[in-house]
Amino acid sequence: MLEIKDLHAGIDGNEILKGINLTVKKGEIHAIMGPNGSGKSTLAKVLAGHPAYQVTKGEILYEGKNLLAMAPDERAREGVFMAFQYPIEVPGVSNAQFLRLAYNEKRKHLGEEELDPLEFKDLLKERAKVVEMDASFMTRSVNEGFSGGEKKRNEILQMAVLEPKLAVLDETDSGLDIDALRIVAGGINQLHSPENAVILVTHYQRLLDYVVPQYVHVLANGRIAKEGGKELALELEQKGYDWLKTTATETSGATVRAS
Amino acid sequence: MVTEITKLENSYEEAFRTLQGRSKNSRGSWLPHLREKAMERFAELGFPSVKDEEWKYTNVAPIARIDFRPLLLADAVAPGSDANRLADFTCAEAAQSQLVFVNGVLRGDLSSLTALPEEVVAIDLSQALTNPGYSEIAREHLARYADYVANGFTALNTAFVDGGAFVYLPKSVTVKAPLHLLFISDGNRLATFPRVLIVAEENASATLIESYASTSDADYFTNAVVEVVLKDGARLEHYKVQRESAQAFHIATTMAELGPNTSYDATAITFGAALSRHDIHVTMDHEGAECWVDGLYLVTGNQHTDTHSVIDHRKPHCTSHQLYKGILDGKSRAVFNGKIFVRHDAQKTDALQTNKNLLLSNEARVDTKPQLEILADDVKCAHGAAVGQIDQDELFYLETRGIHHDLARNLLTYGFAEEVIGKIKIDSIRAELDEAVLNRLNARLEA
Ligand SMILES: Nc1ncnc2c1ncn2[C@@H]1O[C@H](COP(=O)(O)OP(=O)(O)O)[C@@H](O)[C@H]1O
Ligand SMILES: [Mg+2]
Repeated sequence: MLEIKDLHAGIDGNEILKGINLTVKKGEIHAIMGPNGSGKSTLAKVLAGHPAYQVTKGEILYEGKNLLAMAPDERAREGVFMAFQYPIEVPGVSNAQFLRLAYNEKRKHLGEEELDPLEFKDLLKERAKVVEMDASFMTRSVNEGFSGGEKKRNEILQMAVLEPKLAVLDETDSGLDIDALRIVAGGINQLHSPENAVILVTHYQRLLDYVVPQYVHVLANGRIAKEGGKELALELEQKGYDWLKTTATETSGATVRAS
Repeated sequence: MVTEITKLENSYEEAFRTLQGRSKNSRGSWLPHLREKAMERFAELGFPSVKDEEWKYTNVAPIARIDFRPLLLADAVAPGSDANRLADFTCAEAAQSQLVFVNGVLRGDLSSLTALPEEVVAIDLSQALTNPGYSEIAREHLARYADYVANGFTALNTAFVDGGAFVYLPKSVTVKAPLHLLFISDGNRLATFPRVLIVAEENASATLIESYASTSDADYFTNAVVEVVLKDGARLEHYKVQRESAQAFHIATTMAELGPNTSYDATAITFGAALSRHDIHVTMDHEGAECWVDGLYLVTGNQHTDTHSVIDHRKPHCTSHQLYKGILDGKSRAVFNGKIFVRHDAQKTDALQTNKNLLLSNEARVDTKPQLEILADDVKCAHGAAVGQIDQDELFYLETRGIHHDLARNLLTYGFAEEVIGKIKIDSIRAELDEAVLNRLNARLEA
């Protein structure tokens, strides 16, 4: 489904990702962990097509197609979804209005009939159950005045409505109390199926107690420094990231010398 | 220059003489006298120039340059506006409470007032002036608030006071149906002078929609003056919807005189006209009055729109709220000048003024100037202005949900306007605005 090959990307000439390789298949759950500033959000944003980041080398294939050639909205309609680490507030646009527009864009893309506000209301009511979100959130402006946890739940609600094939969830667990974490994790598990894939970007391993990944990749200084199964997350929990940072720096130093 | 202006004023002059000649015998002397004084004043003032501080950013030379013909001179203007074509401009809520003026003339066949309570008066102004029941009220208030001495456009309108609307709300009446005054123009090079007087007696309450539209793309000139008088405890919700033809010139003045404990809620929506200017002036010379002076202007192409507002707090314990939002595309230009005066006596004034503008193109331009002049010391006042563009993070966020770039921009534009659109209580107007804002860029999408 997703193949990232030797991806180098950065912003304003500063290279942040320095050669990422990652393959994700249908039905899989991957976790990308790593210390602050290691490039996790950058990777997520490059996947979503954020215009501020430039890809300087490498390629990304999504369902065999060149993802980097697609505009962000096109990627989304093709089934790529990113839950933002810091969801954006959109004043004056109601959550329901926004979700319906997004949902209908996808339907149109698939050649299906659009839903009118009433039909959509029913669908939204169903999907909102996935994250136990109250109807009162639907008439409010998108994320405006939402608490940190509510914003994260709203991201997963969007995922529930859009049913992406590839979901990249950037620190969806941060800022959640334990009850909200359980709800959000439950939502992700409900939405995950053999037909789609999830990439969990996280700093901590606590989310991974609920949503269990098959693969864990540890990012350090713009590179994947270590890969393994779910045990790797536990190991990181015990050892922290410091030992990785050294390794990564050494590796990068070696590269510099070699080049 | 001088000769040109003289020549053009003669064109208005000719129509003016015709009007005065016609009404010589039929009316009391005060009205022709008022017109005479106003015409003299117009002859002195002429049209304002950009040297005048109040007209610094709005050049009305195109209006002075064109030989507009007042209706009196324009020979039988095509009736054009039949009921079918009006459907685009009428409001469902006011189907039985509307007065329709076509090229300045009240059309009984297109109007209906059956939804109004019997005691409410909504008649042609010229009729009110001759009706012994209302002429005194009209005389007491007409031209008392709109100062023709200071303003050339008001002087010209006053010189042509004839048709228009006279609305009288007797004591304690509550009017549920909104009263819609619809001014349609479709005559090329036609000048019309809509004049409206609204007097609401104690505790009367009503909603007024004042709208301007065209069934053609004619290059006419609308010069309107509306005077609103609210007596003790009266409440008026006032919508002004300006969607004149793209070639038209629209100059309008709204003067509101608020009595004690009154509530005046004004919302001005501007879409139309090549050049438009709205002066709104709210005077709070009695305690306990509250007003909202809000607006939304949406312009594109080479459109130019100017709003000048004055909110005058003269007595204690009055509250004013002002929110104007502007959306500018193309090479359009907007001017917002909002003055709030808090006079020496006006202690405990609460005034908030905001003007925010969204530029959708790099070539659009806004000149905004909110001004507070406070002479009292125990007041709560704040004001602010902003000019910005679509937020790139918001845009990206919407796009990552599959929403096309143009639609995402529309949605954000809508979100920007929502604060004003959301306060509109007339569903049909709100729906029209929803459409206008959301689908504007859809047009681009399909193009
Ligand atoms: N918009 C930006 N401008 C400048 N530097 C940035 C920007 N975004 C990220 N970076 C830098 O890139 C590095 C990786 O950031 P990020 O991808 O957010 O890390 P993570 O999500 O792993 O904490 C950091 O050093 C950060 O400062
Ligand atoms: Mg991050």
